[in-house]
Amino acid sequence: MSTLDLDQLNDMHLDVLKEIGNIGAGNAATSLSKMLDTTINMSVPRVRILDISDAATALGGPENPVVGILTKFRGDIDGIMMFIIGQTFAGAVLKSLLGVQQVSYHSLSELELSAISEIGNIMIAAYLGSISTLSQMKVKTSVPAVAVDMVGALLSVPAIEMSSVSDKVIFIEDDFLGSDSQITSNMMMVPDMESLGRLMQKLGIQL
Amino acid sequence: MSNMITIGISDMKVGKGGESFVTYALGSCVGICLYDPVSRVGGLGHIMLPKYPAENPKENKYRFADTCISEMIREMERLGGYRSKMVAKIAGGAKMFEVSGDSSFGNIGRRNVMAVKAMLAWFKIPIRAEDTGFNYGRTVYFYTENGSMIVKSFANGICTY
Repeated sequence: MSTLDLDQLNDMHLDVLKEIGNIGAGNAATSLSKMLDTTINMSVPRVRILDISDAATALGGPENPVVGILTKFRGDIDGIMMFIIGQTFAGAVLKSLLGVQQVSYHSLSELELSAISEIGNIMIAAYLGSISTLSQMKVKTSVPAVAVDMVGALLSVPAIEMSSVSDKVIFIEDDFLGSDSQITSNMMMVPDMESLGRLMQKLGIQL
Repeated sequence: MSNMITIGISDMKVGKGGESFVTYALGSCVGICLYDPVSRVGGLGHIMLPKYPAENPKENKYRFADTCISEMIREMERLGGYRSKMVAKIAGGAKMFEVSGDSSFGNIGRRNVMAVKAMLAWFKIPIRAEDTGFNYGRTVYFYTENGSMIVKSFANGICTY
């Protein structure tokens, strides 16, 4: 099995990841719409391979406060997934879930944080579910860990923990359109490279 | 305030003549400030991992504690700094996530701090201030004008060292 750098992924590999993102976002939109009791539409996801520092810029700059929900997954495919929830996303969700009008990450209540984490869990489960549905591979997840902090400080964690050879992450963005708001979700994935190879192979694509 | 020079991830810069450096949002990474108060030569490095991998000699030297510190000392000496006069201030090395059932997860921050300290001890550079560990991110400012380090965090506000 060849090990590869995320830099070496070509358009076809990205299309596969996009399709995974697409199905995952579809699952997520269904869960979100049930949870929030409203119709939610989604756009085609954008999948990019980004440097940690570029990802931080895309997420509002390195010091922007966010909630990160992180899960390690194991099984036929290993890696780390992290869902990043910015204040706009959290605001929209908490408004409809808890009736909260204003959300500040500087003063989150336990209830608010727990609701935000639950959204993260649902999103991560939706994406990982799509991987196992598409590839028929088994994936088990760890209990999610949560942190509220500067986005830059959270972003480096997956790449470091997977002892990635570069500082790159797979960055999946989805736009969800509710009745009166649009929110963008940001999922980050750093797979173990051998597992990514297995996943691609399972889907009939050579690395 | 004078011009602020940004140090990226796995990056390092040195200066003489009152430069101010900043590196944003250190998580498990460590920010290393070195300073010679006599010549006022100083530098700031932002490392991600403890040790340069000997098996992959094409890696970025500033990414690792050991090679970043030795390069920083060399460049400071080139600007007229003296190793025997240098002092250090360090910040970062947090454990951002607590993954239940996986105690080794996130220990890289602590290992980074240990590697930085071991390297500074090896060069006999004393550590004058330290703001490391715990579970929160930090932005580090370093002023070569007077050698002061300011650490800004979401959890603790602003601390001056």
